[in-house]
Amino acid sequence: MPKMGMRTRKPTREVGKVNRSLPKAPTGIQGLDEITGGGFPRGRPTLICGSAGAGKTLLAMEFLVRGATEYNEPGVFMAFEETAPELTQNVRSLGFDLDELSTQKKLVIDFVRIERSEIDETGDYDLEGLFIRLGSAIDAIGAKRVVLDTIENLFAGLQNQGILRAELRRLFRWLKDKGVSAVITAERGDGVLTRHGLEEYVSDCVILLDHRVTDQVSTRRLRVVKYRGTAHGTNEYPFLIDEDGFSVLPITSLGLQHQVSGERISSGVARLDTMLGGEGFYRGTTVLVSGTAGTGKTSLAASFVDAACRRGERSLYFSFEESQDQLIRNMRSIGLNLEQWTKKKLLQFHSSRATFYGLEMHLAMIHKIVQDFQPKVVVIDPIGSLIQAGNQRDAHIMIVRLIDFLKQKQITAFLTNLTSGGAALERTDAEISSIVDSWLFTRDIELDGERNRALYVLKSRGTAHSNQLREFLLTPHGVDLLDVYVGPEGVLTGSSRLSQEAQEKAAARARQQEADRRERDRVRKREALEARIIALRKEFEIEEVEAQTTTAQEVSRETMIVENREAMSRSRQSDLVKGGTSTKTSRRAQ
Amino acid sequence: MKKSAKISVTSKKQKPLSLKEIGEQKEPASETWQLRLYVAGQTPRSIAAFANLKRICEEHLAGRYDIEVVDLVKHPQLAAGDQILAIPTLVRKLPQPLRKIVGDLRDTERALVGLQIRSAAIGE
Repeated sequence: MPKMGMRTRKPTREVGKVNRSLPKAPTGIQGLDEITGGGFPRGRPTLICGSAGAGKTLLAMEFLVRGATEYNEPGVFMAFEETAPELTQNVRSLGFDLDELSTQKKLVIDFVRIERSEIDETGDYDLEGLFIRLGSAIDAIGAKRVVLDTIENLFAGLQNQGILRAELRRLFRWLKDKGVSAVITAERGDGVLTRHGLEEYVSDCVILLDHRVTDQVSTRRLRVVKYRGTAHGTNEYPFLIDEDGFSVLPITSLGLQHQVSGERISSGVARLDTMLGGEGFYRGTTVLVSGTAGTGKTSLAASFVDAACRRGERSLYFSFEESQDQLIRNMRSIGLNLEQWTKKKLLQFHSSRATFYGLEMHLAMIHKIVQDFQPKVVVIDPIGSLIQAGNQRDAHIMIVRLIDFLKQKQITAFLTNLTSGGAALERTDAEISSIVDSWLFTRDIELDGERNRALYVLKSRGTAHSNQLREFLLTPHGVDLLDVYVGPEGVLTGSSRLSQEAQEKAAARARQQEADRRERDRVRKREALEARIIALRKEFEIEEVEAQTTTAQEVSRETMIVENREAMSRSRQSDLVKGGTSTKTSRRAQ
Repeated sequence: MKKSAKISVTSKKQKPLSLKEIGEQKEPASETWQLRLYVAGQTPRSIAAFANLKRICEEHLAGRYDIEVVDLVKHPQLAAGDQILAIPTLVRKLPQPLRKIVGDLRDTERALVGLQIRSAAIGE
């Protein structure tokens, strides 16, 4: 037999692949079908063992209910521990209505009470009564699934172990012959799988449930111990029991084969989109915002979610620090009305304290909520809280798995991470920075007695992103990014930036005034010069006129002298030498 | 304690009278014992159980017992009522309290104890 098992196991080593050779009865439980390659073996018994409170009964019950409701396989629940009304009540909190299923003839609950004190044994007997009861219940509704919970109680009620063991062997044989997929639950024994060695009889599929408490935090885990003829995940998988029943987190079935999208989505801050090459993030990538306390990480996340809802996309917001109401109130102060989206069922908040569950439980929970809500955008604020719920190494592995899971679903993840005061700034808890696609960094700049926020894009795979530092403002109408002042005095933000700007403005005004004054001077000078030129010209004109007048006078006097001399000589009747003597005389006279 | 000695003797040697006396002492004569024997078909074990029961009753409860045989093969729905698992099972409906004896009743001594016909005899 083991040889055969080996042979059939070899060709399908890959987990999650459905093995065609062995028919399966799907459990309908999230994750469990993935681990077991399609469900429990059809027509064969499966053993579920675990300690008290591990969830055996619930798993068995969900197998039946899902079978009845989703796969049209009616089921019989034979209870050795709880009565039908008790069971009905217990699973009602998981949303299973057993009464309804019973009236629809999809489910039969048969409670078997064994009271040791009323029973005496004498002579030979067999368990034909049990067979008949089970058989008639199966036939009544045409059941395909059977649960025996917990058949080990027979060991307490009946003394003759020899008969009991022989009858159990016959029972499992009989169940196989009936062709029903049976689930048998058993209490875990000390160092063995089951207290009474039931694994001896049920050897096709054995599932072990475990409920461990580490550091006061409980974690439920499931392991497929054995599954004949099927390659199965051999790890321990965390699982959840909540109002929708079981869900198992199939952590190893993820890889790096996810599809990528060329679509870009807005970050909700116009200026940030510009910084990211103009269009924002790629859809389906992982964005990390890290920074010190109070630098606006949550506000960025809220803006991102708001933008997603505006596009009509479903968004999930996991908050480990603030309650839904608190977040909504606080975000109203920066002009984001998130309440409208929760009312339209576009946005869901899930607030819980990180220390409330173990890390695996958180991730299983996130996993499950994401599966149910099918969002396009998921915010985890802050991711570092998850690390508190586990140790660093585990946290890293789990977060990587979570990111892979979200990528596979083409969900854009927005994670925030608090950088604690003393730590290196560009560092994240659990070293997740290397697995994110875009990393925004917010920090505060302390200058001149005030702190201001600044943001820059540390990395953004596949986008031509800005390398500039931007001042990051939370205004009553949302997040705003401004250029910072970069000058001789370094990077200035806030009031310093404002005062620097004012100073610059004053200086510019002074320079302008100076230039104006110089211009006015020049104009005045020119005017003065021109006035002088006019004056000089006037002066010259006067001189010219005077000069002409003098010449004319002299000419007329000369003429007069000559005339006078001629007149005189005429009167003296002297002989006259014309010209020569007269000029000499006139010159002497002058 | 003489009585008990007698009983043990009678049970072995099957002398009905003395046992009947004891039965009368313990239970009012007026009350009828209602016994129900669950079987599954006419198997040798069922037949043996019925024969053993009949014998015991005749010996110890003659005239004031009532045996009802329920064949679960014919009436499977009746198995749940008395919480029957093992076959054959004898159920003492009356007198109260309810008792069950599992097996083919071939050990008469234990059957008598189980039916509380003679619980006092155990200590001897």
